[in-house]
Parts: sequence; structure tokens; C-alpha cells
Amino acid sequence: MNGSKRVLVIGGGIGGIQASLDLADGGVEVILVEREPSIGGRMIQTDRTFPTLDCSSCVLTPKMVEVSLHRRINLLSLSEVVEVIKEGGGFRVKIRKNPRYVDEEKCTSCGRCAQVCVLAGRIPKEFDEGMGRRGAIFLPFPQAVPQKYLIDPESCLKLKKGRCKKGPPCVDACEVGAINFDDKPRLLQYQVDAILIATGFDLFDPIGKPELGYGRYPEVITSLELERLMAPNGPTGGEIRLGDFHPRSFFFIQCVGSRDRTVGAPFCSRVCCMYTAKHAYIVKERVEGAVVYVSYIDVRAHGKGYEEFYRRLQDLGVYYLRGVPGEVYKDAKGLIVRVEDQFSAQVREVATDMVVLACGIRPRRGMEKFFSSLGIETDDYGFIKTDPMTPFKTNIPGVFACGVVTGPKDIPDSVASASCAALACVEYIS
Amino acid sequence: MLGLLKREDLFACIQCGKCTGSCPEAGKTSLNIRVMVRKVLFGDWEDKEVPWFCSSCGACTIRCPRDIKPSEVVVGLRAQMVEEGEIPSSLYRALENTLVQKNPWGRSRNKRDAWTAEVGFEIPFIGEDTLETLLFTCCVQAYDPRCMVIPRNIAKVLHAAQVPFGILGRKEVCCGNEIRRVGEFGLFKQLMEENEANFERYQVSRIIALSPHCMNAFKNEYEGGDKKAVHYTQLLWELIQEGRLIFKGSYDKRVVYHDPCFLGKQNGIFDEPREVLKAIPGLQLMEFSRSRENSLCCEGGGGRMFLDVEMGERNGHKRVKEALALGAQVIATACPFCLLNLEDAAAVLDADIEVRDITEVLMEVL
Repeated sequence: MNGSKRVLVIGGGIGGIQASLDLADGGVEVILVEREPSIGGRMIQTDRTFPTLDCSSCVLTPKMVEVSLHRRINLLSLSEVVEVIKEGGGFRVKIRKNPRYVDEEKCTSCGRCAQVCVLAGRIPKEFDEGMGRRGAIFLPFPQAVPQKYLIDPESCLKLKKGRCKKGPPCVDACEVGAINFDDKPRLLQYQVDAILIATGFDLFDPIGKPELGYGRYPEVITSLELERLMAPNGPTGGEIRLGDFHPRSFFFIQCVGSRDRTVGAPFCSRVCCMYTAKHAYIVKERVEGAVVYVSYIDVRAHGKGYEEFYRRLQDLGVYYLRGVPGEVYKDAKGLIVRVEDQFSAQVREVATDMVVLACGIRPRRGMEKFFSSLGIETDDYGFIKTDPMTPFKTNIPGVFACGVVTGPKDIPDSVASASCAALACVEYIS
Repeated sequence: MLGLLKREDLFACIQCGKCTGSCPEAGKTSLNIRVMVRKVLFGDWEDKEVPWFCSSCGACTIRCPRDIKPSEVVVGLRAQMVEEGEIPSSLYRALENTLVQKNPWGRSRNKRDAWTAEVGFEIPFIGEDTLETLLFTCCVQAYDPRCMVIPRNIAKVLHAAQVPFGILGRKEVCCGNEIRRVGEFGLFKQLMEENEANFERYQVSRIIALSPHCMNAFKNEYEGGDKKAVHYTQLLWELIQEGRLIFKGSYDKRVVYHDPCFLGKQNGIFDEPREVLKAIPGLQLMEFSRSRENSLCCEGGGGRMFLDVEMGERNGHKRVKEALALGAQVIATACPFCLLNLEDAAAVLDADIEVRDITEVLMEVL
């Protein structure tokens, strides 16, 4: 019914993926723009979902593949929207497709190039939050879509210095001649009838809370770093360890960078209580005899099955401790979390092997300029403003939004908002 | 009603406990700052002793996610007790001394410049010529024989680097930083006005504060909001960067730096003292686990220098023990209260470690 209509979806996380599929299934042509080399977003970085403990990849990978195969979805990875001009009833958009240096048509994803890269295993891997290593030519992660390798120009010797051994080795290894060091950014233009923004989030950088020791003690990690240690496609294959160090006691600190005016974030990030509960569960499941503390201000278990999940954790012997830790430091006993356990009014100095910071949610970095160029209104924290009765509409007619870009959401809520926003797009363009 | 705070300001407290978890006196004294805030909100705080346990390190207020300012609740309670005359006698004496002699120890105001006697050159009065840089001594440094060396050292450094400066001499009065924290707002105001009048009269354009407590009062609490105040470590680092200090010889010791609360966590000056130490040839700088924003308070602030408090292990002792465990030979600091408390701890523990002001370390190689 909308065969000639076209929607630009910005962001290929679970929100953008769901919206693209809904739109395309409804007969709309979709241009899906993703800044990263693969779609999947934050969800594909996680091990499992709460509270059902479903495997995230098992749920999401089929949808990612569906996106890549859908005849009405044009997936542009490594791409950014650089200009939007209102034109007629729709928009003329300019998109910069950044060079992959590997021909997407030719690459068969055999992986020989990555094996022979002189920098293999030496560069912190973004997908693993720096916990794993990659080379200069790499696949972002095994389930990446598109399933194509890419070269990171920041580290590749050939691109940076003009030469890499005699070869370079990746070129010699590639049997299909896919590697192209002369690849350049390309500017693409499209006419679209509506725009749907689903650019998602970043985590709060806990360097902003220096008393918690992040960046100083390697055993203090973020929740997303723990996700990567837990994930089967992560740097440890799902084993919770830092190199050869196998932590046996864990202290989870909630509300790091949420409900906190000192870092300009008085809002609740909504997901940390439950993802921490999930983390505590997985730790208990995988580390025999693990001692687990969770410190909190309030446990916000508001969703379906959430309170029951919280109870399950307590039955597993997780110490839920009300009180925000003042500081994390080290003494002869190891890492120490200093915290008042309010229900016993005791200041406890808890020795622990690992501290996990449940970092709050922030709008994805680098979007402010784009939003303001479009005239999209955001709130004090950078989330897109919406009305309660139309939570998927921005202030600009024809521009819609879904997922965390309008405010913190968990996966079910992001999916629901994506489908709503897709429907709103269809309604708008019909 | 509560000094600068109103009871209404406390309604937003969510009792998260960040304050108590951060408090260096929690667990070792009966001060639980979270409970105090709650009880003050309900108007049923009765205790007259516990509010004096706070050492004004500021961690609770700096870290409070709801901007409640728990340390100001303490000051407010103290202010009520000062008003009602219900304060410990040693504190009463300190306040009376400050009123009369302009220093908490009640030493003669006419001896405030006694430290200048041994520097070996004339130190001009700030009113002379066109001097605009004022060297401001803390009361401890002006009168305590252990600490007098600090203004002397800085005077010598400035002299050698040919930085023109003057002092207020007998016109100098206590900065009032601790007086305000004891809750004596009236006296604080009086001291502030006297100092500000002098700054104005002598057209002071830059104040080099020798104590972080004085610097804090000038920068953050004086009505003039005197942004011209710097701590001496900032000045030293400037001089070193400009190549105006020539080092002779080498200081071959392992030194651990202790961040004073009023310099570090309350005013964000972490790097300059470290840079000065690192610039000293031969010196090997070490770090406490609890350093910078996490530095463990020496317990000398907020009037605690005038008051003995029953408690578990003193933080100074913990500090000295950690320094020994690190293998440090010297604990260096940049605050007279920290210096006295840490040195006392080292003496009580009979620890084989020196406690030195940064200027003392510096003088070894100048």
C-alpha cells in the first residue's frame, strides 16, 4: 500500500531493527543507517535478557539477518546522516558512508585477513568494551551484520604509514581481492517521507565518580564490561575472569551516574536494578560459591516478572544492602568497599575481588549537533522531548523517535516503542 | 535556622547513605551523618556531643547526589549550640581567643610576625611601595614553633625567585575558616571584614595562602569571593615551570603525598603539589590507595584541632601505617593541620618515617 513511500531509520539497535522490520513488512521502503560497522546496538553486546534470562544473541541475530535480507530494507552500515533538508512533504537527506576498505560485495567473511594482520590481537576491541583485542582488519563480532570485515584506519599501518611489511599480508591472504586501501567516503542522497530516530545510548563514564576507583583498579569494571565477560562471544567465552584472575566475590554498586546531581543526572536510568539482578544471578550460576553483594538506594523492580526475579536473587543468597558506598580503595585484604549498611546502621568495609558499577544511561554521544540542526527539542540531559500521549513523536512533523533516545527504557519497552513509532510513521506518510 | 540551611532544604534527602559511607568519622565515632540529617528534618536531634565529631572534610557534601549539604547541617547544629552557649570549654576558649587576639590559641597579636625574625632579610609590609602579592600565614604557622618554618621557607623561595611580596604582619587576623565551621558565624563575619578591609586598603591583587583552610575561606566563603587566592603549591609549580627555582643536589627518598581535604577534595588542587614533588631531583613519589578525591582526612579540620574526641583508631595512625607498608620514607603534605596530626601519629607509633611540609622537602634541594 505504501510501495512508493520511504522512511529513513537512524540507528540499528533493537529499536531501529524492530521499527525497520515493521515498516518494511508493512510495505514501506526503509533506509537503515548505522554508524557502527554492524547493526545490533547495545543489546547484541549483552549476554542475556532480564528477567527471563533469554540469550540475547539468540533473540536478536535472526532479526539482524532478516534486516539484511529484507528486500525493502537498504542497510547502510558505517554511515552517518550529515544533512537533512525539508523538501515538499518529506526530506532530502545526505548520508556519508565511511570507507570500510573491504569491498562488501566481494568479502566472503573467511577471516584469513584478520589471522595474518600484523596487529592481530593488539588493539582494544570496541565491541568488547576494550576487554578483548582485535587486529587492524577485523569482524566486529562473530554475528555481525553485514557479515563483512573492515579496516580500522586509525591503527592500520598501510593506511597510517603507507606501508605494512611486503604486501600487506591481508592483501596476500584475501583470495577474492576484497581489500581496497583507496576506499573513500561516499556521499549518498535520498528523498524520504519520514525519519525515525533510534540512536540509543551510551553508558555513564564512571571516571566521573573518582571515589569509586574506576580506571585506577582493574578489578573495578562497568556493567557493560561485565556483560562482555559473561557473553559467549566475548573475550573469555563467557568465563568471568580478568586474564588469569578469577574473582570469587563481587560487589555491585547501583545508581552510578543515575539519580545523582553531582554528575548532572538526577534521573533514574530504569534498567540498572534489573540488569544488576541479572548479573548477580549469572555470577551465582557460573562462579561456584560466589559471594555477591548488591548495594542500592531503592530496588525498582517495576516490570512484569521483575519483583519475582528480585526475590529469586535473594533466595540464591545475594546480600542486598541498602546504602550507597562512599568509596572504593585497596588495602592488604584487597579491594575494599566502604558502605553504610543502613538496616543494621553499620559502616561496613567489605573486602571483595571485583566491583561492578551499574552505570546509568546517557543519550548516544555526538548526536546533539544533529538534533539541533534538525530543530529537534531535547531535554536537559539530551534525550529527545516527547509528549506523554505521543511518546514516539518529536516536535518536528515527520520526525519520529523510539527506544532510549527519548529516555531510558528496557528491551521490551524499546521494542514496544519501536513498533508504535513505525505505526506512527506509516500513519504520517499515508 | 540551621546556619545557611533551612530545615526545608532537607526534605529532598533520600537517605541513600552516600554521606555516611564517605564520612571518615563514621563507624569509629558515634557520628552517623545520614541519621543526623533525618533527625534534624523531623526536629528531634538532641545530642550535644556528636556534632563536634565532624572534621569538616567535606566528602558528604561533595558527593551528596541530592545536593543536601550534610556538613552544613553539622555547622547549623553547632551554630545553635554556640548561640546557646552550650559548647565544650576548649572550644569556647578558642573562640574567645580568636575574638581577642585574632587567633584560636590566644597568643599575642603583636607576635603574629615573630616568624619573620629568622629569615635573614627584611620582609616588607604589604602597604609599602606597590606590592600587590600578599603572603598570608595561617594562625598555626604564625605561632606554632613546628609550623613557623613554612612561612619562612616560602618567604625564602619568593625572595630567591625575586617575586615581590608583602605581609600584613600584626594586622593579619585569623581567616575564620574553622571559626565558621564551629558555628560562630558572627565572629567569622568580623574576621572576614577585617581581612577584606585590609585586602582592599592595600590593593592586594593576589593572595598566597599558606594553608588550604585559609585559601578555602578566601575563595569560597568570603563575601568578596576572593578568587585571587592561590595555595602556595600552585605558586611553587608556577615558579618551577618558569624555571625560576634552581635545584641543587638531590633528595633521594621515597615520598608519599597526603592530600589535605581543603586543598584536594574541596578545591580540586591535586596535581600542583604532586608536580612540585616530582620536579625535585631524586625524589620518588608514591601514592596512598586513598589519595586525591579519596584522601583519608587527618581529622584536624572543623575545630577538631581544639577538641579531643574519643574514637577508634585515629586516621593519622592509619595513614602512617599505610605509608610504612608502602615503603615510604617521608609523608609530605601541604597543610599545617595535616602536618601536625600525621607527625603526632608517627611519634605515637614510634614509626621510622618523617612527616614534612612540601616546602621543607623543597628547601633540601634549593
